[in-house]
Amino acid sequence: MKLARSLVLIEIEEDSLLAGAKAVEQAFSAAIEEQGLAQEIRVAETGNLGIIGRGVVVVIYPEGTTYVGVTEADVPEIVSEHLLKGRPVKRLQACLAPCRDREKKGLGLTREQPRIVLKNCGIIDPESLEEAIAVGAYEAVERVLTEGISPAGVIDEVIQSGLRGRGGAGFPTGKKWSFTAPGEEKYLVCNADEGEPGTCKDRLILEGDPHRLIEGMLLAGYAIGAKKGYIYIRGEYTLPIGRMTRAIEQARANDLLGDHILGSDISFDIEIKKGAGAYVCGEETALIESIEGKRGYPRLKPPYPGQMGLRGKPTVVNNVETLANVAPIILNGADWFRSFGTKTCPGTKVYTILGHAANPGLIEVEMGTSLREIVYEYGGGIRNGKDFKAALIGGAAGAFVDEAGLDVAMDYDNLRDYSAVLGSGAILVLDEDASIVELLQGILHFFAHESCGQCATCRSGTDRLVDILSRFCSDAGTEKDLDLLLRVSKLMQEASFCPLGQSPVIPIESALRAFKQEFLDYKPVLTHS
Amino acid sequence: MLNEEVHVNEVLKKYPSATREDLLDILHDIQESDPHHYLSDAALSDVAAHLGMDLADIKGTASFYSMFSFSPRGKHVIRICDSPPCQLLGATTILQKLIDVLGIAVGETTSDGLFTLETASCLGVCGVAPAMMIDQETYGNLTPTRIAEIIEQIRREDEAS
Ligand SMILES: Cc1cc2nc3c(=O)[nH]c(=O)nc-3n(C[C@H](O)[C@H](O)[C@H](O)COP(=O)(O)O)c2cc1C
Ligand code: FES
Repeated sequence: MKLARSLVLIEIEEDSLLAGAKAVEQAFSAAIEEQGLAQEIRVAETGNLGIIGRGVVVVIYPEGTTYVGVTEADVPEIVSEHLLKGRPVKRLQACLAPCRDREKKGLGLTREQPRIVLKNCGIIDPESLEEAIAVGAYEAVERVLTEGISPAGVIDEVIQSGLRGRGGAGFPTGKKWSFTAPGEEKYLVCNADEGEPGTCKDRLILEGDPHRLIEGMLLAGYAIGAKKGYIYIRGEYTLPIGRMTRAIEQARANDLLGDHILGSDISFDIEIKKGAGAYVCGEETALIESIEGKRGYPRLKPPYPGQMGLRGKPTVVNNVETLANVAPIILNGADWFRSFGTKTCPGTKVYTILGHAANPGLIEVEMGTSLREIVYEYGGGIRNGKDFKAALIGGAAGAFVDEAGLDVAMDYDNLRDYSAVLGSGAILVLDEDASIVELLQGILHFFAHESCGQCATCRSGTDRLVDILSRFCSDAGTEKDLDLLLRVSKLMQEASFCPLGQSPVIPIESALRAFKQEFLDYKPVLTHS
Repeated sequence: MLNEEVHVNEVLKKYPSATREDLLDILHDIQESDPHHYLSDAALSDVAAHLGMDLADIKGTASFYSMFSFSPRGKHVIRICDSPPCQLLGATTILQKLIDVLGIAVGETTSDGLFTLETASCLGVCGVAPAMMIDQETYGNLTPTRIAEIIEQIRREDEAS
């Protein structure tokens, strides 16, 4: 990588592309050329920066100045003011709310927003292996090789770190690896199906730092004794699939994937499998069926994939965010990882803040951060000066948390105590005017649509739930119907074959706990924001 | 029909020793290269023969997945997200606007064969809710005005080409 005085990073992801990111990039290149700065200043593309809905985002290094809503017309000014004269263009500068607000409120920033998972997202050009290596990619693999750390040693470090699965259930990752049955042939599968409504965090990693995931998979594969890994990516993720494909090719060309990695006797390769639009395929056994080219019907557990998974062989399925944590843990050690987050859930969590938040976006914060902090400091509070009503945490299979839950230190355990779930980390913020009834109806529709149809309980149960709640939408619902709604969903929880049918009870129960009266008072009008 | 055979054969050639595990990839490729973005019976029969599988088995598997279509679709396929986060920010209004602008119901194709309108579960771009995809492109932060503009623009581009 040639050294440049400054680096202009243009965020290239689906929304910014739409806002004209390519044109802005070309304008920068042209203007820099024109000013004779081409030798000193480099223009590069980067993945999603986690700033959402603000048009074209440009970051200039070494200062780290972030500009939002940049158009072609702004480029000459940025080049002549910032790059030539070193004066940032204030009117385009992003107000990065969290740090500012904290300072203003005198909360004091004890340390910077810890970035473990997203550390390089938006800092490097995700299509360049050199840049990834410049910020430390594959150093953990090197450490394993030079220090001769055994597979058991890797597993032990991950167990000690306390890392828990970020795919929803929070199962201890190191333990999962250690439970893998012995065998000649084993597989590692990365779950990048990301179908939980309101979740787009894995996309950020796939798009912004693909080599981080490859390194995590390589380490995991080594730990469990798998020579082959699969990334199952949802079919809609065109850009992430492209970025991952490219990164895998780069890694192969540089001896980081394939036979005898970096001259060692470790062999591991990765293949991408594309999903085709089925929420249930995010469930690990359904995902395995889908990789095998079948309908995505969940399997009966046990046997768990660790015993009998892909092609009947021992298989570990891990979420993208989980695997993205592995390399930093191996590199920096379990104690370092444990210095973040809570005792039982160390580390960070990537959340998507959506809905009526003033600044929707993606954030990475320590486990144990309260909903209040997330909504008010990172999310900038409620838009249009309205009041907070509730948040739906964890997607469709998540729970409504009202004001009383704002101060729960969120991690997998503390939320469970509150009958809620952290799930995938989707946080849908609702303002005072949002209708819980309509939202719940939307959720129940989602389940009815996505029920895979394998078991009758879920297939007809999800339809039944929609029917019952519809009575309120035609103003005919009574308290009895609410009892029935709860009863049916509890029955489904007990009798459904897979976790999909067991899930609707979570949003239903939490909605009724805090907002029962709203259902009884509901007057059907279609409200739009 | 002849045309169709050609693109199916082209795809199958890329998978010389294919097994059942390649099925979804093959179906994706065929659907993407089909001018009407669908899997015809003829195409599915060819895939069955290539993989040595039953046609019924192939159909049964493919029909499980919502991204596959078994009837011809328009030149552009619009998939609008109807999951709760998008709904909360007005997806229902956006869908209604699409229905009005295109003059078709969900699942239908415009008479000029240009657009097919479909709903979909969360597309994974919730940060820019309400959102939709037209073919491989994502469109976010939709408003009724923008819908009219987007459709108009695609129509114009199509006329020009
Ligand atoms: C209906 C359903 C959908 C799921 N969708 C996803 C998903 O999109 N991504 C994911 O990582 N896990 C998903 N899971 C959880 C997986 O079954 C599995 O627990 C997870 O991939 C394990 O990875 P982890 O241990 O790293 O969290 C889903 C589970 C269910 C029941
Ligand atoms: S909820 Fe609409 S894209 Fe995710």
